[in-house]
Amino acid sequence: MADTHTAETSAERALLELNNIEVIYNHVILVLKGVSLSVPKGGIVALLGANGAGKTTTLKAISNLLRAERGDVTKGSIVLKGEHVHDLSPNELVRRGCIQVMEGRHCFGHLSIEENLLTGAYTRRDGGAAIKADLEKVYSYFPRLRERRSSQAGYTSGGEQQMCAIGRALMAKPDMILLDEPSMGLAPQLVEEIFEIVRQLNANEGVTFLLAEQNTNVALKYATYGYILENGRVVLDGDAKSLRENDDVKEFYLGIGGDSHSSFRNVKSYRRRKRWLN
Amino acid sequence: MSPDFLYFIETVLNGLMSGVMYSLVALGFVLIFKASGIFNFAQGVMALFAALTLVGLLTGQVPFAHLIHAIFGVEAQHWGAGMPALLAVIGTMVVMIALAFLIERIVLKHLVNQEPIILFMATIGLAYFLEGLGDLMWGSDVKALDIGVPSGGSFWWEDVTREWAAEGSDYFGMYIDKLDVTAAIVAAVLVVALSVFSQYTRMGRALRAVADDHQAALSVGISLRTIWVIVWSIAGFVALVAGIMWGSKSGVQFSLSLIALKALPVLILGGFTSIPGAIVGGLIIGVGEKLAELYIGPLVGGAIENWFAYVVALVFLLYRPQGLFGDKIIERI
Repeated sequence: MADTHTAETSAERALLELNNIEVIYNHVILVLKGVSLSVPKGGIVALLGANGAGKTTTLKAISNLLRAERGDVTKGSIVLKGEHVHDLSPNELVRRGCIQVMEGRHCFGHLSIEENLLTGAYTRRDGGAAIKADLEKVYSYFPRLRERRSSQAGYTSGGEQQMCAIGRALMAKPDMILLDEPSMGLAPQLVEEIFEIVRQLNANEGVTFLLAEQNTNVALKYATYGYILENGRVVLDGDAKSLRENDDVKEFYLGIGGDSHSSFRNVKSYRRRKRWLN
Repeated sequence: MSPDFLYFIETVLNGLMSGVMYSLVALGFVLIFKASGIFNFAQGVMALFAALTLVGLLTGQVPFAHLIHAIFGVEAQHWGAGMPALLAVIGTMVVMIALAFLIERIVLKHLVNQEPIILFMATIGLAYFLEGLGDLMWGSDVKALDIGVPSGGSFWWEDVTREWAAEGSDYFGMYIDKLDVTAAIVAAVLVVALSVFSQYTRMGRALRAVADDHQAALSVGISLRTIWVIVWSIAGFVALVAGIMWGSKSGVQFSLSLIALKALPVLILGGFTSIPGAIVGGLIIGVGEKLAELYIGPLVGGAIENWFAYVVALVFLLYRPQGLFGDKIIERI
């Protein structure tokens, strides 16, 4: 009895659960070969790995932006708050509280910063006053955006655009933000600033984050749990502290120590973990 | 004032008026291009289709009368005396919205994320389809469209302008078509309404967001399919307005769909992405071709009006490809 009880509570606590999903682009290119992961409510989970490991694809599979790129989830299940969301369109997912901030910011260049933020509230039906209040809240987290509120987003700096993209996602009142490569092309100091805000949002607003990062160092500093992807598979996972101290992670992703290995594949001692459905 | 100067003013005014007529067509192109990057080749045919439907409803024609006769042998050309103008306009608008919905369902939905050229080809197909459908529904004869838009010259204005001319000169007053003036007013109202809509409403903001970045728009929960239906409906409405004005002026017939060709230089001049650009571009082309005809025409044997606009467009393509008001390509390094 005690066992079932804990299983139930852990299922309740998992906001998002991916079970062994497989993604194929253009009906032929197999990109994800069975990725399973679980994101607890209120957590910051990092998805780590090199270029092309499948981090972005995983996030897009969840937010279902994959379809627009001719990709499709062919196996496995994606469960958000206990509901299968594989067949939902991106706007239905946003309504259910899961929104993605895409890699490379993707602000609306010809719209002002404030208009960009307001587009984030597109799916909301709770009235102008609530939206206005949330706009003020976003400005309090990102004072820089308030200063630039009337400038065209296309003419703002990379850091400001990243803040704008995160702020825009916040305007949708999400429970969960899928944050793709927030550090891309930003100065180290700015990266820290952005991650600091992510931590605050997580602590104060209760927003759960699943973030894909190449910058393992920073990601593991702020995340609570991490998954490492290689070639479309999860090869290692654990809480952030244990990952930081893992020798292989140190060698391949943090650039500390290291002798002759060049990939996880060559690490004999390493126990690959796979999770299969049923 | 000398008669020559008055002729000049008359030419400019008439140029402005005909420019507005071009702008009305160009507007429809801009709307769809902005929101989906599609150059809608069918915009002219949409205007024709709208005008045909309007005339059909006004005069109480039975749609598909010939087809019904051929298949069932029932002779039913008219179902009554027709309906009042306002009702017919509303009815036509409903048809155009239904059309937008069907276009999204049948064509656009399947072409998401395709190359612009493929979408362009699809609109060419759409143009021919609509042309045939219009003929099949309402017949291919030339029809007069009269929903009570004032037309013809104004005696009052001719009298006023005659008094401006110098004593004894043989100037008989300025001819300005009331229909053109009405078209200008309608166009102005339309542009103001569209600008307010796209600038200050939630849906307008979403339209501009989609125009900027499809992917990002999807990611914040904007449904592209909804947006496309709305955009094509608005474009259908603009086509209806253009159809009413051009149809009242020169009758409803196949050549109405060719006004789209005149909109092309207007778009290149004003920019494909700017609503004010479509208006200003239309005015410049309208005035330009009338003035060129008046002053340069006699030197080269006339008929400049037909090709002047295209030459202007060519020059613009060389030196300012985004047009006068088109979105600047924002590039940060």
